[in-house]
Order: sequence, then C-alpha cells, then structure tokens
Amino acid sequence: MTAVVTAPTVVERVYAPIHDGLAVAHRNLIALRRVPRLLIFSTVQPLVFILMFRYVFGGVTGRALNGISYVDFMMPGIFVQAAVFGAMNTAIGLATDMQTGLMERFRSLPMARSAVLSGRTLADLTRNVFVVSLMTGVGFALGFRVHTDAWRFLAGVVLVLLFGFAMSWIFATIGMAVGDPETAQAAAFPMLVPLVFASSAFVPVATMPGWLQAFANNQPVSATVEAVRTLVLGGPAASLVWQALAWDAGIVAVFAPLGVWLYRRAV
Amino acid sequence: MHDAPAIAVSGLTKRFGDVTALGGIDFEVPQGTVFGLLGPNGAGKTTAIRILTTIIRPSSGRAEVLGHDVAEEPATVRRLIGLAGQNAAVDPNLTARENLRLIGRLTRLPARRLDPRAAELLEQFDLVAAADRPVRTYSGGMRRRLDVAAALVSEPPVLFLDEPTTGLDPQSRGALWELIRQLLREGTTVLLTTQYLEEADRLANRVAVIDEGRIIADDAPGVLKERLGQTVIELDMGDEARAAEAATLITTRLQRAPGREGPLLRLAAPDGSMLLMDVMHALEGDGMVPRTIAVRESSLDDVFLALTGHRTEDTP
Ligand SMILES: Nc1ncnc2c1ncn2[C@@H]1O[C@H](COP(=O)(O)OP(=O)(O)OP(=O)(O)O)[C@@H](O)[C@H]1O
Ligand SMILES: [Mg+2]
Repeated sequence: MTAVVTAPTVVERVYAPIHDGLAVAHRNLIALRRVPRLLIFSTVQPLVFILMFRYVFGGVTGRALNGISYVDFMMPGIFVQAAVFGAMNTAIGLATDMQTGLMERFRSLPMARSAVLSGRTLADLTRNVFVVSLMTGVGFALGFRVHTDAWRFLAGVVLVLLFGFAMSWIFATIGMAVGDPETAQAAAFPMLVPLVFASSAFVPVATMPGWLQAFANNQPVSATVEAVRTLVLGGPAASLVWQALAWDAGIVAVFAPLGVWLYRRAV
Repeated sequence: MHDAPAIAVSGLTKRFGDVTALGGIDFEVPQGTVFGLLGPNGAGKTTAIRILTTIIRPSSGRAEVLGHDVAEEPATVRRLIGLAGQNAAVDPNLTARENLRLIGRLTRLPARRLDPRAAELLEQFDLVAAADRPVRTYSGGMRRRLDVAAALVSEPPVLFLDEPTTGLDPQSRGALWELIRQLLREGTTVLLTTQYLEEADRLANRVAVIDEGRIIADDAPGVLKERLGQTVIELDMGDEARAAEAATLITTRLQRAPGREGPLLRLAAPDGSMLLMDVMHALEGDGMVPRTIAVRESSLDDVFLALTGHRTEDTP
C-alpha cells in the first residue's frame, strides 16, 4: 500500500482547529447529556446564590444603590458570578479529560492540538447558555425587571456568555497545569472568590475600603458587571461594553496559547 | 517514499529521569509485514510505540514511519498511522458508534463515510448488539475490541497495536488474529507488542525480543527457534519430592541436570526422541513413572529463557 501525504494547506490549517474543536465539544456535550448530574450541579449553585442574595440582602436599600431595588442591582452580578464559577468546571473537566486514556489516542491523531481545550471551553459555553436561561427565568419569577429593552438585555446575556467563555480559557489552562480534578478544584476556588466578591457584583464598589476599590475597579468581573448592569438598567453603555469585550479578548489571547502550549507538553 | 520501509528505527533511546526505558534500539519493518515486539513487563515496548506514534519524543536516535521522521514531521506521521494503545482509549460516556464517529471526524473521514465506516467496524468486531450503549457498560474485552476498531477507522497504512489481545477470550483473540492477517493481505503494515509468545509466533513475519530497553534478538520466528530451539521434554512427577528424587536419578545416570519447577522436570536437547528414551531408561528401574510427559518444540518462551537467562514473567 502506498500512501500519498501532502503537507496541510493554509485552508486546512485554519479550518482544522474549528472542525476538531467542534467535534470534541460534541463529545463533551454528549457526556453532559448522558451524565446529567454534571448539569444539575452546575445549575444548583447559581440558583442557591439567586435565592440567598435575593432574600438575605434583598432588604438593602440606600443611596449607594441610587434608588434601584436590590434584586435589579444584583441580577447582573449573579449572572456574571455564575459564568465565573461555571468556569471552575472547565478546569475540573479538562483535568479529568487529561487523565483518560482517550488523550493518548488524541495525541496520535492528525487533529488540531488546540481541540481538546477548545472543545471543552465550547461545551462549557453551551452549558452556560442553558444555565443563564434558567437563571433568567428564576430571576424574573423573583421580581427582577429589565429597565431598558429586550435587545439590551440580550446584549447583556451575550456579554455574560462571552465572559464565561474567556474565563473558561483561564481555567482550562489551570486544569492543564495541575493535571488532576481535585487539585484543579482546590486551585480554582480561592482564585475565583476574590474576583467575584471584590467586585461590583453584589455591592457598590464605593462602599469598600480604598485599597480594595483599586482592585475592584480594575478587574474583569467588575468591568463585565458594570457593562451588563448598564445595559439592563439604563445609561450609556457603549464604552463599558467595549471595555468588557477588551478584557475577554485579552484573556483569550493570553490563555489560549498558554493552555495549548501546556497541552503539547503534558504527556 | 514508496520504497521507504514502513517503520525504521535507529539508535532510539528514551530516558524518564533516571530510568532508561529504551537504551538504543534499531529495527526496520518492511511495508506489508507484521513485526512483533516481544518482551516482559517494563521492557520498553509501550515506550517504543508511544515514540513511533508521536505521543512522546525520543531522547535521541531516529524513528521514521514511511520515510517521515516522527519528531520532525509528526503531523504527517499522524495521518499514516492507527494506534490501539495498551489502555483502552475510548470515551466511556459515548456509545461505540459515537466513539467511532468521533475518531472518524478527527481523522478527517468525509462526513458521508462516517456512518458506513462505523457500521462496518461494529460488524467486524462483533459489537453490533451493543453499538448504541454507553461504553461504560461494556465488559473489558468489548472495550478492547472497540479500541482496536477505533485504530482502524481511517484505514491507516501503518498500524500499532500494543498488547491487542490482552484481556480477550480465546474466541475474540482468534478473531483478531484473523483480522490482522486480513489487513496484512490488504497491504497494511502492523507493529504489535505482546507478552503472548504464541501470538508473535503465529502472526509476525519478524520478531524482536526486547528486554530492559534493548533488543536482544531480531529474526524470523522460525529462525529464532531454529537458532536457539530444541526439543523440550517436560515430565510431571506428581509432587515435588518425587521430582527431586527423579532429578537426582537423571543427573547421576545421564550426567545432565534437568530444570525443576515444582513437580515438573524440564530437559532440552536438539535430538529430543533420543533423550526421551534415555530419560525413561534412567527412571524405569526405580519405578519413577511420570504422571504425564509432554514433548514439544521450543516456544518463544524457551527462546526468551535461553536469551536472557530468565523467563518472561507473564505467559498465557
Ligand atoms: N512516563 C514515565 N515516567 C517514568 N518512567 C516510565 C514512564 N513510562 C515508562 N517508564 C519506565 O520505562 C520502562 C519501560 O516501560 P514500558 O511501559 O515501555 O514497558 P512495557 O514493555 O510496555 O511493559 P508492559 O509489558 O508492562 O506494558 C519501565 O521501567 C517504566 O517504569
Ligand atoms: Mg506496555
């Protein structure tokens, strides 16, 4: 048997990562459907958060909120925190992937080296669509109201999903770096907590001590929350949206190559 | 490229920290043949396969598949090979069909070929009945068969099988052997590792015996046997005490000490039938009648013993 092999063309080089990433994402989504507890537990946490924040802090009013009801104030924060905590699953999922024998075969296949990571982040993006839809329903049931219009709300949801996708790449890299699911979880959690809580997600930054404000005002969770909040509650949003998008783009630009580099090295 | 050997390995080494998994191996596999890599646990078989399938890089030396260097042109090599590794590399949450389709997509099979190819392989590997069940519900042998099937999805010209029949029942093993012979007729080159000596003997055109990261023999199985082979006589004396007694008798009367293993005595000689008569004579007078007598041509197991001074650890 003679085999004629030609070097991959430019089209193949561009097309391959997309094609292979989608194939791996499809595999991950089948697993998600077949092991529904993964999906259930990734929705339970955000729902618990909605309920807790709605009723524990729901009575908070005051000048800091500019007369907005707390439930309307917090919902954008809740959406964003769900996307961020959801990214922890990316680290766990990828670390779990790396321990399966399937990776051994993947390395011997003519598939894009990025596909295992992009397949995981794309699958988690799809899962986030489901989680965010569910949260929207629950939020409305608990009294959340959009002050602007459906399009701006939709734009806010897209921003949340994009941010979740960007965070997935950070945590994919962490999952690759630590290599086992337990460590991935242990490593991810303490990184997420300050990002989420030292932000404008649940309380106005102005109420924090000065040194913390410096951090809270200059990190991606706040940037995304501010953009989504402005989209949903009203006000000029364009520059905030661009800032949030810049964070997303910057994060992916740094962590996607880093994660793929780690994948190439890890055996 | 057409005349390049399917696999060419020279001076290949691999170190993991202090461990030298491969201490410089050389071999060549012509296209359309089966090459057997035979060795005990830890010999370096899997390491050699992982280098040849671009999973890990060699520490030094060269390895080529159909003329393409595995370290320099891994992307090209990956399009020429199929791998069934030592551990089942299939997704437990997917069905067999979904697993095969996934591999098909990742090896760039045209979309319209995905379903027919999966169906063909499910048929060939006797997995039709379980095809649409998640693989986590499979038995070890079924998983193993799926794993080998997955290696064949893209109909690669060079196939690597790392202990392909480990964990298979005799029937599945026979079926896999038949399949390998079929692939061979179609021109595929196969490199397989095994601890089952019988397997290398039956399938391979050429066998390399590997021990502690070095190739200690490389020849046609028949030649190996001829070079080192003898007729082996095995006497089962029933129990250890009788075996010891018989061993003493044989030693004093024939001036040669049989090998002893529990109740078994083992002797080997180029002229087996003569030896057998002598042994019977030596034991006759004292009523030391063996329970059973086995006379056989030396197997690769015996070859291994002769080459290394120790037996392979796992024989079927
Ligand atoms: N990733 C690794 N890190 C450290 N040592 C390794 C690694 N992989 C293999 N080794 C060592 O290299 C040697 C050869 O291992 P290898 O897996 O190639 O053996 P093998 O012939 O396939 O054995 P088996 O029949 O048990 O599968 C062993 O001593 C093993 O411990
Ligand atoms: Mg092995």
